[in-house]
Amino acid sequence: MIYNLYIFNSAGDCLYYSEWRRKKQTDMSKDEENKLVYGMLHSLKSFVARISPDTSDSFQSYQTSTYRLSMYETPSGVKFVMNTGLELSLQSAREILHSLYKEVYVEFAVKNPMLSLQSPIDSELFRDKLEAFINSKMRE
Amino acid sequence: MIYSVYIINKAGGRIYDEDFAFNRQAEEVTFQSHPIPLVLTADTGKVLVKFGATGNVKPGHSIIAVDRQAVTGLYTAGDRAILDVINDPASYPLTLTFGRTKASANEKLMLASIFHSLFAIAAKISPIEQSSGIKELHTEKFTLRCFQTITGVKFFVIVDQKQTGCEHLLLRIYELYTDYVLKNPFYPIDMPIRCELFDQNLRKVIEQVERATAYNSATLS
Repeated sequence: MIYNLYIFNSAGDCLYYSEWRRKKQTDMSKDEENKLVYGMLHSLKSFVARISPDTSDSFQSYQTSTYRLSMYETPSGVKFVMNTGLELSLQSAREILHSLYKEVYVEFAVKNPMLSLQSPIDSELFRDKLEAFINSKMRE
Repeated sequence: MIYSVYIINKAGGRIYDEDFAFNRQAEEVTFQSHPIPLVLTADTGKVLVKFGATGNVKPGHSIIAVDRQAVTGLYTAGDRAILDVINDPASYPLTLTFGRTKASANEKLMLASIFHSLFAIAAKISPIEQSSGIKELHTEKFTLRCFQTITGVKFFVIVDQKQTGCEHLLLRIYELYTDYVLKNPFYPIDMPIRCELFDQNLRKVIEQVERATAYNSATLS
């Protein structure tokens, strides 16, 4: 079960957001929520870097009693954040994010010469391909 | 392997923290002559590797001992500035030990509070109603497991990927907390824990759990 997905660029702007089975909304505007999620991710990254018993560590995912948040960050700073149900293992969630980056983002966002990738992604093709990809993953 | 244990009160303040198995991965390298293949900088009270790598030493490591004597901040045990010793050709051959510097007490306070906030935000942005805060956090190199009591006190442990039995460990730490801390009539609630018995017994529990894990992985392999 995939609940929602955020894509942030390195500056913290939300490039894309989509939800599928989200049951609870926060009582904040979309903008505020995106900023909160990005802020939380930024803090998580520096928290992990400092508390780790080893040098150069990076945050991958956390889980609560009801959902799992997984993050995939590319070397260029683009962050894919996905909330899934707990029945999806940590490994599967990471694989989904990696495939999403490889098969959807790179193919239909990066390779699109009309998209700037510094502002929200406004491409029907990208949206359709992303939805199809997620739906196929949910059916598995 | 259990790296550390933290206890946070309901307001988010750290009341206990302890590091175990710290710097078991310290790297010792002997350099024969000046100059060495690392770029070092003095950074907030420690000498940090900024660039360059040799053996297992990478950027991010800091110098914790010179010629096997522990350093204090930017100075060696003999009160010489570490960077001076390294730049002086007469000190070679020189043995430097690299590792992670221990977070200072202030840093630990901040880390505990930061975790408290992250815990709360995770519950807030949940796409499902009635979510708890962060119960497990996974990174490349460690796992953090947290247990929150009904009164809002949080116990969290930093362990490596192979560690099992963390739920049980957290509950035992909670037991020790109620026995040696809460039942102490002189202990002010929500203040930092300063109790010899608690420390001793916590150490015993940690050793027990580590031994059990080592036994399990030995029998399985």
